[in-house]
Order: sequence, then structure tokens, then C-alpha cells
Amino acid sequence: MTMADAERIPGFNTLAIHAGAKPDPTTGARATPIYQTTSFVFDDVDHAASLFGLQAFGNIYTRIGNPTCAVLEERVAALEGGTAGLAVASGHAAQVIVMQTLLVPGDEFIASKKLYGGSINQFNHAFKSFGWNVVWADPDDLSSFETAVTPKTKAIFIESIANPGGVVTDIEAIGKIARKANVPLIVDNTLATPYLCKPIEYGADIVVHSLTKFLGGHGNSIGGMIVDAGTFNWSRDKKYPMLCEPRPEYSGIVLHETFGNFAFAIACRVLGLRDLGPALSPFNAFLISTGIETLPLRMQRHSDNALAVATWLTQRPEVAWVSYSGLPSDKYHSLAQKYCPKGCGAVMTVGLKGGYDAGVKLVSNVKLFSHLANIGDTRSLIIHPASTTHKQLSDAQKVQAGAGPDVVRLSIGIEDKEDIIADLELGLTAK
Amino acid sequence: MNHDSYPDAYIRGILNTVKTIAMVGFSPNTARPSYFAFKYLIERGFKVIPINPGHAGKEFLGQTCYAALADVPEPIDMVDIFRAPQFVTPIVEEALKLTPKPQVIWMQLTIRNDEAAKLAEDAGLKVVMDRCPKIEYGRLSSEISWMGINSRTLSSRRAQNLGGGFQRMGLGQGKKEEPSGS
Repeated sequence: MTMADAERIPGFNTLAIHAGAKPDPTTGARATPIYQTTSFVFDDVDHAASLFGLQAFGNIYTRIGNPTCAVLEERVAALEGGTAGLAVASGHAAQVIVMQTLLVPGDEFIASKKLYGGSINQFNHAFKSFGWNVVWADPDDLSSFETAVTPKTKAIFIESIANPGGVVTDIEAIGKIARKANVPLIVDNTLATPYLCKPIEYGADIVVHSLTKFLGGHGNSIGGMIVDAGTFNWSRDKKYPMLCEPRPEYSGIVLHETFGNFAFAIACRVLGLRDLGPALSPFNAFLISTGIETLPLRMQRHSDNALAVATWLTQRPEVAWVSYSGLPSDKYHSLAQKYCPKGCGAVMTVGLKGGYDAGVKLVSNVKLFSHLANIGDTRSLIIHPASTTHKQLSDAQKVQAGAGPDVVRLSIGIEDKEDIIADLELGLTAK
Repeated sequence: MNHDSYPDAYIRGILNTVKTIAMVGFSPNTARPSYFAFKYLIERGFKVIPINPGHAGKEFLGQTCYAALADVPEPIDMVDIFRAPQFVTPIVEEALKLTPKPQVIWMQLTIRNDEAAKLAEDAGLKVVMDRCPKIEYGRLSSEISWMGINSRTLSSRRAQNLGGGFQRMGLGQGKKEEPSGS
């Protein structure tokens, strides 16, 4: 008997291990096999035609789909409470495919100006060269989202917890603005992960992830994910031609009427991934899926350690301020209590009284923390954004994104918190 | 039956029981959803009889098309309806006049007519609304998981391979161990 037959709704820990990963149908292998193959044989010409015509479910070519990647897709979709997932080569690739599915040149999308610096760059430069025009809004002023809506608006993009400033976004309020404008709300849930926050419950229509961070969790694989919530009516205003018009690529199929509440994920796969090409390698999918099995354990430890570290930092004489929504004094604490009641994740920013030089001194003198440009590893990580990840932004944009010259970003690992704190003390007090 | 949320066992029971399906509102246009479901269900071993007065007498994938349910010369286990909700009640009334009566009335994705459902249920039929049998078969057999779709099923049992091909799965959930054909 399957769990579903028993009409039990499995809990998050169970889904993290089992969703998407039944024993391999051919060999019975219990762990998910790595299907390291480019292609899959057809039974006959008719089977091939059915697969290419989207009339049958199955595998053709790893650029379009792969059974190891499919396990990862179903698992993340289940954890987020969505109808379907699509794994791609990186978080940035996920954003390209989502926007390419929703926008045509000349269209606009509204984005929170408090975003990961890489996303700000992508939206300001690469996307503008495609004619997809970003309009920035301020998550601390919800009316700025409302006034940004025009007839050309096709989507609203926010992060649940913004990297690195720790801004917790009011997903539910912005979801209402998106529904009023009849455009989908896209939420980047990378920093929170569905363990801490489930944006679909608050009105997200599409969730994107950099799997590279906490979902994979071990700093070994780049990957991205698109999750379709199944909530948006793509046919209502006829403004999403990829979904509501007959597609010449597939002999006139209308994807929304054919695939219902997972049509967006299918469109991203058979129009976006197929034609743009940023497929995830099955080996990375295997590593990331394995990482997700321990996501609930890791995220709780990340969050508990981070709160202990943040609390300790607020008492240090070298520290001017700590931005971490888990702290009761933090500006975003009440939003965090609503959206992330179990904890606020691993990432925080710290302002040093000694400014730029103190930041350089800290990153140069820690021994347990790794100085690198990533977050969401089991290991504790540290970076000085002003000189690295956010270097290409203007000074004003740096401050806006929470990455001014005095700011150090920490991604707290799952080591013993006493060791993490001792290492920071070493770095802060070094001569 | 609560038509907002069907237990998997209810849907699985229907798809494991019915053998002959009459598809009302079948379209011979190969890009239309009804053709997708028609072809897929035939490939999974169902006998699917197309019903469309505009194409009566023609054959599609070896199956003769009829103008109306009453014209079908064999017992029908399930009537699968690809028509807008306002056209469903007369179709159900027609189905209830058949001898023997069908066991199941199935209305496709986005189609729901509670009045017609009550008529059928009062006559002892099972009813499914706003679902696609292709998607439900794919979901419960795990085939749909190839496409990254959330099947909302977990199992520590190997999915049943139907045989006759590499990527054809059954609904048995490991009860039968059939060799994968080819």
C-alpha cells in the first residue's frame, strides 16, 4: 500500500527522503541511479513520435529530461507544495527560462530592489539586452509595487529572504498585488528553503531556487529549479502566448489546455530548456537529491547556530550592527516570525566599526570559516561583498542591497557553534 | 463522493477495473487534448471508442467512431466526456439509458457539472470530474514522474513495468513482477 492510498499526507521529513524516489523500476535499485546517458532508445517509431509530440510521458534526451533529474524535480516540487518542477543548470538559468516563458521583448517585470547581487546584474544587463525590462520596487514600501504595474507587466519577482541583507519580504501582501494585476508572483526561495518558508502557501505562483545553496547543501554542485505552483490561470487574459496559444513548435498544441495545472513547468521544459539548453547534469542532480534528504536536519542546525552567532556578535565591541531577522531587535523580525517561524536561516550580514579595513582583516584571519563566494554549505563561509560578489554594483546599489564597504556576509555552517564563535573571535581580535 | 478531492484508491480502482471507454467529444485533430488521451489510453491497453457525430463511421487508430453512445454495439464501462459543462447532463442521461449501464462517468480536466454527477451517482455509477484519465494513469503508475510532475505518491515498492516497451508502467505498484519486454 502506498502512503497515498492510506490517505495520509506525508510530513516534510518523509517527503525530503522519499518524494520522487521510488525504487528504480528496471533494476529495483533503492538509491536513485545516476542515469549518465545523453539519450534513451525508443520502442519503435510510433513511441518516438508520441514522445516528441508530448503525447506520452517518457525520456528522450537529457537536455529535455533525465530520470535522475526527474527525482530531484519531483522532490523539490513536493517539498514546496507545487504541481511540478524543472531542474536546470543553475539558479540563474532558472530565472532566464522563467522570464523567457512569460515575457516577449518590450514586456516588463517588477522586481524587489533588495535581491541577490547576481540577480540584480542579470536583470539590469542580460535581461535588458533581451528586451525584458525590469522595474525596481522597494519591499519596505509595498505601494511601490502597486504603482509599478503597467499593461506591459508580466510578472513580479521577489526573494523570500533576500541575500545578503536578510530582508524578509511580505510575500502575502505582494501576492495580493500580483493577483490584482493578474500576473504571476515569482519567489526565489533559495535562502529560506521550503523547510523554513513555503511561499506557495502565501500566494507564490512560481518558486525558483539556486539548488547550489542549502538544498544541495554541501557546496559540491551548481543547480537551479523552477517549481510550478499550479495556481495561475494562464488563459484568462491571453497574455502568455507560450501557454495559451497553439505552439507551432508542437503542431499546434495549447499547453495550458493540454497540461492543466502543471502547464507552466511543461512550457519551461519543452520550450525553454529544450531551446535554450541549460540542462542539469544527472550527476549534479544525484548529489543535490542526496543533500535534500537531510535538508530538515541541516536547516534547523544552520538556523540555530546562526541565531547563537548573531546574538554573540551583537555583544562584540568590534561590531556596529548585525542584520539577521532571527534577532528580536531586527527590523524584519515580525515578518520572519510569520514566514519563517522555525528559524531564519544561515545567512547574516555584519557591520564592522572599523569599516572596509576591518572587513579585510576579519576575512584574512579566520581559520574555520572559508573565504569564498557562496552560501549554504555545511561549512561556515565568509565574504566581504563590497570587494567581491557585489563589486560590479554602484556604491548606491551596494548600500541598497545591504552590501556597503563595512559589511561582511556570513553563512553559518553546521559545525559546533562554540567553534564557529571562537573562530570569529580570533578574526575580530587579530592585530 | 467528495468531488473536490478524490482518494488515490478511488481513481486507481476505476482505472484498474474499466476496460472499454467511450470518449464523447473526441477530436481527430492530433494536437487536441482528447486525441492525446485517446492515443495514450489505447497504448496502455484500454479499448477506447471515439464518439463524434461529425466523424461517425471513420476509423481512428483502428477504432470505429460513432455518432452517439447508443450506436456503440458493445458494453461501455466508462464514459469519458470532453464537452463543456453545459452539455454534460444530456450525455449522462443518454449513458444511463444504455444496457448494461456504464460503471463510471468521467468528466475531463476543467469540466464539472454537479447536477449531472448526482444523476449518475443516484443510478449507482461512480463519477470523476475535473480530472484527465491520462494524467491520473501517468500519476498513479509513476510514468508522469519522468516529467518532474509531483505525483503525490510515495512508495518503497518498485513500479510495475507493463512490458512491451521501456517506458510503459502499470498501476500494480509492484504486485506483479513482469519482465520488461523488448
